[in-house]
Amino acid sequence: MRTAKTPQARTMSLVVTLVIAAGAFLMLVPFYWLIVASTHLSRDIFSNPPNLAVGDQLFTNLGHLFGDTGFGNALKNSFLIAILYALIGGSVCTAAGYAFAKFSFPGQGVLFGAVLITLALPSQVTLVPLFQIMVQLNWLNTYQALILPNLALPFGIFLMRQTMQSVPDELIQAARVDGAGEFRIFLQVVLPTMRPALAALGIFMFLGQWNDFVYPLIILRTADAYTIPVALASLQGVSDTDYGQLLAGTAVSVLPVLILFLFLQRHFVAGILAGAVKQ
Amino acid sequence: MTASTSKPKRRRLGYGAAPRLTPYLFLLPVFVLFIAFKIYPYLYAFWLSLTKVQRGQTFFVGGGNYLRLAQDPIFYKALGNTALILVIQVPLMLTLAVLLAVAFHSGLLKWRAIWRTAYFIPIVMGLVAYGILFSTLLNNQYGLINFALQSIGLPRVPWLGDPFWAKISIIIALTWHYTGNSAVIYLAQLQSISGDLYEAAEIDGATAIQRFWHVTLPGLRPAITLTLVLSTIGTLQLFDEPYVLTNGGPNNATLTVGMYLYQNGFKYFDFGYASAIGYVLTGIIGILALIQFRLLREKAA
Repeated sequence: MRTAKTPQARTMSLVVTLVIAAGAFLMLVPFYWLIVASTHLSRDIFSNPPNLAVGDQLFTNLGHLFGDTGFGNALKNSFLIAILYALIGGSVCTAAGYAFAKFSFPGQGVLFGAVLITLALPSQVTLVPLFQIMVQLNWLNTYQALILPNLALPFGIFLMRQTMQSVPDELIQAARVDGAGEFRIFLQVVLPTMRPALAALGIFMFLGQWNDFVYPLIILRTADAYTIPVALASLQGVSDTDYGQLLAGTAVSVLPVLILFLFLQRHFVAGILAGAVKQ
Repeated sequence: MTASTSKPKRRRLGYGAAPRLTPYLFLLPVFVLFIAFKIYPYLYAFWLSLTKVQRGQTFFVGGGNYLRLAQDPIFYKALGNTALILVIQVPLMLTLAVLLAVAFHSGLLKWRAIWRTAYFIPIVMGLVAYGILFSTLLNNQYGLINFALQSIGLPRVPWLGDPFWAKISIIIALTWHYTGNSAVIYLAQLQSISGDLYEAAEIDGATAIQRFWHVTLPGLRPAITLTLVLSTIGTLQLFDEPYVLTNGGPNNATLTVGMYLYQNGFKYFDFGYASAIGYVLTGIIGILALIQFRLLREKAA
């Protein structure tokens, strides 16, 4: 496919690169604006002409954010919930993926079909029932109310099943012949070969929980239980919104996942692909 | 189902075979959670959709909620808004994603890694975060975007305050957020198209555009089917963007089915009506997903 570098090809290359670069610029404008806006006071954010340089009020904004609004609490809640969710959810999905990929048993097709169908069901249908269940269990404002319902993530089960299929049967057989227990085989023989997929799933689940909004919005009724997205939405809802504070909070909410992304970009991409391309 | 699941019972080695119960034990946590937090709530929602709560008492109303829904102009408005956003945004995004993937794959693009990060990075931003960000960018009087438009001599646009432009704003925000995601999927699929096909087409004298239509696009079909179905399902459930950007306004111009469900359930506490909306939405999603799979499969044959 690579053609020799004729002048024509060089022009084409330049044009394509310029167009893609212009698009990339547009994609990054909101991020730059986030940095600008979170470093200015609310009244200076909306000025004409707009401030385009990075300001020096970041710490004022952060001070308001963490001092007045209990945002520190939201940060703690979000971290704990997302980490617990990724760890526990990653474990149960991986175990299920292993069962589907490496065993054959009666009912397998039906059970896996049930997992796939729930991929297509709109989760909004369960909002009202889940709310009522959590009210009856007295679980409003709790971590378990946010963590438990989505632990069995259809996408996660699907992803792990796909990846587990590449583990050679001989490896598992050999361990069995050596007398290893089934759970030990799973932990010590199968899982170590799964590290990239586990990382992809963990990141995917962390991100999903970190950014989840509608469901936490109905389950978390008091400010000290808020996660970051709910806390941000509540800051925006008031009539005299402090935009400096709000955008500093937005920056704080984006920073951890941005760092995670820049260091683990490969695994992010792997997570999207593993679920999508193999069918 | 794939071949491996329908294969007749694998080897029955007494030695080196797993106890029969093992796979069920590995599946147990997932299925307990599934039954408690997915299947039971779904069935319960169906029951709720047949009831109405009045003065603390639950009454069975049969199809009453569904009949009311069939005559509810606000529901039709929400459905129309959702459909409009769907038919404009999804094709726009998928077309951009195909072009992006082809550019990245072509070998014409320099410094690929940098651009890939730029296009992919919006994925990590949460819906609320980018909703807030876009609402300041699109601010009518002071927003950066209107400033940019004015400085090149164009008029200001009432992005969030006008029924038409509010929809456009949501389409822009969605496209910014999700295009990279689809492009990554296409890029991977492109890498699996055999180079021989391109060579053969080139020998036959096909132009670059002909090669795109006759080799690239057919090769991408499985990935396009998948992203089309997933984006359709996602868009039909649209909630966060209108909630944060426009709160459904102005004048319900960006009210989506998802938002209307939420309003009925958690603003008016009409759980029966909200559940009926959920079930109608499930039906629409199911039918559309089936049609899309059928259409794209027929074309492939």
